[in-house]
Amino acid sequence: MQTDKPFTVYGEQFDSRLLIGSALYPSPEVMQQSLLASRAQIVTVSLRRQNSVSAGDDFWQLIKDTGLRVLPNTAGCHSVKEVVTLAQMCREVFATDWIKLELIGDEYNLQPDPIALLEATEILIKQGFKVLPYCTDDLVVCQRLADLGCEVLMPWGAPIGTGKGLLNPYNLQTIRERLPDHTLIVDAGLGLPSHAVQALELGYDAVLLNSAIAGAGCPVTMASAFHHAVVAGRAAYVAQAMPEKEVAAPSTPTMGMPFWHQN
Amino acid sequence: MNISYNGQALTLSQPHSLLEVIEAQGAQAPYAVALNGQFVPRSGLAEQQLQEGDSIELLSPIQGG
Repeated sequence: MQTDKPFTVYGEQFDSRLLIGSALYPSPEVMQQSLLASRAQIVTVSLRRQNSVSAGDDFWQLIKDTGLRVLPNTAGCHSVKEVVTLAQMCREVFATDWIKLELIGDEYNLQPDPIALLEATEILIKQGFKVLPYCTDDLVVCQRLADLGCEVLMPWGAPIGTGKGLLNPYNLQTIRERLPDHTLIVDAGLGLPSHAVQALELGYDAVLLNSAIAGAGCPVTMASAFHHAVVAGRAAYVAQAMPEKEVAAPSTPTMGMPFWHQN
Repeated sequence: MNISYNGQALTLSQPHSLLEVIEAQGAQAPYAVALNGQFVPRSGLAEQQLQEGDSIELLSPIQGG
């Protein structure tokens, strides 16, 4: 029986390997039910101007009622200055040093800016933040982020909100092999529970997603499906898959074949 | 004095601290404040005096992915 390594985020241990977003749900009630059905223990949140329609204490109260650990993000930021200011504001409001660092470099596919991301990460870590960078699946960028002190890395599966799954499993697998001791989370681009299974089978410690659940016809049921997917994927990784073969090999013993197959 | 509050133009008849303006605008906790793109901790809101052209951003929790 193989034993599993616990899923940890900056020293904190979690049972669930699914991190879930709180955006885009058809209603606050569906959001709350989906969060619970996902059995996630970490939920992403953000900050916006208080005069925006959906901001405010009602949303925050719903999140607090779930009892989940919050992971604030810096979504929408395009510069190091913006991201540092927003992270500082998040730390005060949400009372956590955790920050999901999002720094967009391209408006078309919302691809993270790897150069600015490194600069922002260095500043934030010096200010005591525990940075969870949303990054591309570039091995060297991930290594540099790790060198700066990131214990957790979150390479994308595909561009945000596309639901395309893991576009480059080879890159993701290489990052896993080269950073064996870091907590790795596939963030963004997942659409189906099978995508989550694949990420966990590759050895990723967890997945973070939002649209795949919030945008489903029945978000609550899909949240439950993703819960089962990460459990299945992790179990498969721990169990160690059989080696692939190029030719067929019988699974039923050939000894003792009945007479009509004998010469 | 003309300032900007969450993107809206605001005219103040006399000098005010950041905290006074925020409270006058009816800000509801929880929130965090940035002045001209720089974070101002809650403990510094009362002593921060506003100047012509200042830009205030007051942010609150919202859904995130």
